Amino acid sequence: MSAITTLGHAGWVLRGNPVTVVAAVGAALLIAAALFAPWIAPYDPIASNVREALQPPSAAHWAGTDQLGRDIASRVLFAARIDLAVAASAVSLSFVVGAVIGSFCGYVGGALDRAVGRIVDVLMAFPLFVLAMAMVAALGNRVENIVIATAFINLPFYIRFARAEVNIRRNLGWVEAARACGDSHISVVLRFLLPNILPAMAVQISLNLGWAILNAAGLSFIGLGVTAPTPEWGIMVAEGARFITSGQWWLVAAPGLTLMLSVLCFNLLGDGLRDILDPRMRT
Amino acid sequence: MRLLGNIGRRTGQRLLSSVPALLGVVVLTFMLMRVLPGDPAVFFASGPSAGQEEIDNLRREMGLDRPIPEQLARYLLDIARGNLGRSLTTGQSVLTDLRQRLPASLELTLSALVIALGLALPLGIAAALRPNSIVDHAVRFVCTVGVCVPTFVSGLLLIYVFYYLLGMAPDPTGRIDIFAANPPDITGFLLVDFLIAGDMEGFQAAASQLVLPAFTMALFVLAPLARMTRASMLAVLGSDFIRTARSLGLSRRRVILTYALRNALLPVITITGIVFSTMLGANVLVEKVFSWPGVASYALDALLASDYAPVQGFVLLMASIFVMVNLAVDILYGIADPRASMS
Amino acid sequence: MGKLLEIEDLHVSFSTRGGIVEAVRGVSLALDAGATLGVVGESGSGKSVTSYAVMRLLDRAGRITAGSIRFCGQDVTRLDHRDLRALGGGAMSMIFQNPRAALNPIRMVGLQIADAIRAHTDLGASAARSRALELLHAVQIRDPERRLDAFPHELSGGMCQRVMIAMAIACEPALLIADEPTTGLDVTTQKTVMDLLARLTTERGMGMILVTHDLGLATQYCRQVAVMEQGRVVEQGPAAMVFRGPCHPYTRRLVAASPTRTSTVADLVGGGAPVPATRRPRPPAGTPMLLEVQGLTKRFGETTAVDEVSFTLEAGESLGLVGESGSGKSTISRLICRLIDQSGGDILFEGESIGGLPAREFHRAPQRRAIQIVFQDPHDSLNPRFSAFDAIAHPLRRLEGMRDGPALRDRVAACAERSGLPLELLGRFPHQLSGGQKARVGIARAIATRPRLLVLDEPTAALDVSVQAVILKLLDDLRREDGLAYLFVSHDLNVVRMMCERTIVLQQGRIVEAGPSREIFTAPKRSYTRELLAAIPHFTPDLMMPTAPFPGIAAEPMMHPQGAVLHRSLGPPP
Repeated sequence: MSAITTLGHAGWVLRGNPVTVVAAVGAALLIAAALFAPWIAPYDPIASNVREALQPPSAAHWAGTDQLGRDIASRVLFAARIDLAVAASAVSLSFVVGAVIGSFCGYVGGALDRAVGRIVDVLMAFPLFVLAMAMVAALGNRVENIVIATAFINLPFYIRFARAEVNIRRNLGWVEAARACGDSHISVVLRFLLPNILPAMAVQISLNLGWAILNAAGLSFIGLGVTAPTPEWGIMVAEGARFITSGQWWLVAAPGLTLMLSVLCFNLLGDGLRDILDPRMRT
Repeated sequence: MRLLGNIGRRTGQRLLSSVPALLGVVVLTFMLMRVLPGDPAVFFASGPSAGQEEIDNLRREMGLDRPIPEQLARYLLDIARGNLGRSLTTGQSVLTDLRQRLPASLELTLSALVIALGLALPLGIAAALRPNSIVDHAVRFVCTVGVCVPTFVSGLLLIYVFYYLLGMAPDPTGRIDIFAANPPDITGFLLVDFLIAGDMEGFQAAASQLVLPAFTMALFVLAPLARMTRASMLAVLGSDFIRTARSLGLSRRRVILTYALRNALLPVITITGIVFSTMLGANVLVEKVFSWPGVASYALDALLASDYAPVQGFVLLMASIFVMVNLAVDILYGIADPRASMS
Repeated sequence: MGKLLEIEDLHVSFSTRGGIVEAVRGVSLALDAGATLGVVGESGSGKSVTSYAVMRLLDRAGRITAGSIRFCGQDVTRLDHRDLRALGGGAMSMIFQNPRAALNPIRMVGLQIADAIRAHTDLGASAARSRALELLHAVQIRDPERRLDAFPHELSGGMCQRVMIAMAIACEPALLIADEPTTGLDVTTQKTVMDLLARLTTERGMGMILVTHDLGLATQYCRQVAVMEQGRVVEQGPAAMVFRGPCHPYTRRLVAASPTRTSTVADLVGGGAPVPATRRPRPPAGTPMLLEVQGLTKRFGETTAVDEVSFTLEAGESLGLVGESGSGKSTISRLICRLIDQSGGDILFEGESIGGLPAREFHRAPQRRAIQIVFQDPHDSLNPRFSAFDAIAHPLRRLEGMRDGPALRDRVAACAERSGLPLELLGRFPHQLSGGQKARVGIARAIATRPRLLVLDEPTAALDVSVQAVILKLLDDLRREDGLAYLFVSHDLNVVRMMCERTIVLQQGRIVEAGPSREIFTAPKRSYTRELLAAIPHFTPDLMMPTAPFPGIAAEPMMHPQGAVLHRSLGPPP
């Protein structure tokens, strides 16, 4: 599979799918904003200016100011860095570990499969948010632990998914053909089965990325992981929640809206990604 | 008869296999608590000002000077006896606290589930019956967007619209107006208790407090439920046996209700179990936003105050509830799908 | 007397992602009451789509764009759904291929039959149930009382098909359409199901349309036949006439490619001089057999799939393994190829035991290159992410350690040429190749390492008859020219007879009969073999009697405006 044909195919898919293009652009903008936040943010995210507290959105402050007079728009930009970084690391970790474990279990079957299946069942017995809470509490209230907790609670999904997908393909003709052509079991799993289940898992990854962002924001909303005055979408919503009942909606609006849009972009992008990776779509 | 026998056997098997799951959960919480920084004896003591002697006594009492396997055994024994420790913040035993606050959480979660199913199923079915119509597109749009909205944001949004702007909803704090009287405590579920007591005014007050948080939680799971219903219904409608049913001239009603819907609902049953588990987690967020006095906010407050016994109890409780709900879902599925009961 | 069914100039198109596809382009057919019509064609001919159009079962993507369908004089193409419902089941019904998938998996079979009954009558639940029981008796299902409360997954394929027939005849239809009703069924089950259909249609005076790709079935069970190709009817008329003297080139090709009791591989592709039987050079005395299997046994848990099977194979010889499902033939092929381990017995390749090495290690053994396998379903035996080049190069890379470069390219090109695969297709992916092309890639891959033994597991089962003919010729040539030994596993006895010098008949893991193919097929000794042979729907155009009601009046083929050939006897209609 040469790179050029992949790009060409990608172009074809994108042309036929305007929604994916918009999502891709959105995601790119988001990542760019996160990367370049220190240069494009109009104000210092933690500089407080109490005289300007609780101002609704205006020309000077596009998203208004919060209770300490900090510019919300700048805080949102800086918060993107943390949320995206946490989500991306968590998902990558759980995907890699989960896919490998799940593929081997699905291929080998037998006692190993059953044992891992049991452990996965136990893990999934925890309402996962609760488990994340407990883990962050146990390991300490730090950002790295949110990543670990999120990765851990994501793991069972990938293991189960990979296991199921490999199970379906394990007895297909070309797997046997690969063995007849001289591949060992390990080689078959790593070089043939894993790449073949990638398209199916690509959709999982995208949904998980969005979910991981929501998870990280949720954990900080309840006070775990990230602490004030660090800007983070969840914390910003938590701080703004107090003011909703008195009608000051903008403290929640900007971070909430950005949260929604970023998750939306990644979800939609994931669908487009699946179309590109699936060679059956190539003509 | 044969079918009932199979179902019974399957139920027994499932019960048996949930025992290791529960056991695993218990062991996991045990390990989690031992990982905590610091000395558990200090945490479980009567207060921060406890003297060294008391702490030493407590340590011996808790068996912290014994080898780990023995600690685990004592822990299991404690759990079996219902001794979950004592809460620093409330001063009561954790078991009592949980028992007091559980009905609030359950009432919230169950009403949310009912609302979610009541909305998601018809929407999903309608979308599947009219593919590529406006209804279909609308449902797909709602699902796509719905998955992206965090619970706490939607809750706050609902508060802003219905409380602040429209004034329709009451003050979003707690289950019931602080000036109103509580009903006699029979089940702990306010709605049920008010009904039993015949107090319609109180029932209305409690219901109006419940509406916003229940809807917030329902919105959270609406998207995956509707999406799954729609996908499942579409898949079933395109299957071979529906084609056979149509070719035999069965009425449209029978084809859709008896043949299509019953088959399409099977995966929905499974996903309801998964959805319930996410709701138990979402409980934490919703209870925080609406100051709902349930077990989740109890555990959260304890956690932030470094009071760990309630957190441990809460985790155990949630996991047990989930295992039981999953068991119920499994049994229900076994009844609905005869293929599952056979071997 | 009016015709039961009259299709005139039917056009059906589907809107797909790639645009509008015309599946049926001007089909005209007619059926009298009580008559049987076989609609014969390969994949893509539009025969199934036509029957769906008649039953108004086209899905949303398909539409009738022109033409008319008249049933008992009434135009049904424009009927609305309510009238159609009154029509369907009561007047015409259909049975489908893959019967288990065509039944509601979570509803008891008896209830489903009762639903069909109650959709057209006023019977109550218990009356419908007893009527359902009657129907199950009529379709000769074993133990009908118990079957009423069974679920489809508890029944075998043959039983599911009988249930479907029961549902279809529940409301005494005048027309029954059978769409490939025997696909996926064992040969013996196939015969019993078709006999049942024939009997029921005669008893009840139903007209039947049999849609099939099997000319043998069409000959045996249909009076009239229509041959379809790419959405058009190219030839139609009494079956005897069409098959005895085909006029249209496509029909000729189809008839030639369908194996008969006596055809050879060369016949299949249109005659030509029969290939002289090459005398295999005698190996020097004392050389061990290429393959020797001793007491081979394989158990899967409680069931014994292969039970003490022993046979030998010489270099360059072709041996056929035939049997129905559950006979163990596929398991034996996997065992010989060392993809799975045996539970007992031994396998000797050129005198050396290869059974001792566990299957997961065999990829390192030197014999791996010498034993290769061609798979049944070309659709899933090629890695969808590998191009044809990669698929063929794969064993070369792994087993001979060849690296990318001109040497590898030359080897792959040579294999492709041997298999008749055009070189420009090497860059394509499986989903861009036709069934025949995929089969050629599979063969090229198997011969890449120049094996001495080739195991072929139903290599042409999933292919169209005309493609099968070409591939079988290719395999035959390869064997003669390269001196390969073949272990040919198939359920199709005609194919085995043509391709193999010796044959072994298997039943439930045991050898029932073994010997030279000619003997087995002309003078079988065991009753099971006789049963199997009798069950094959033999295609015997030479022996067919013309069915003209007035012997002596010749039939005259007529040309239709669009190139179709119509055989019509010149007597008054029966």
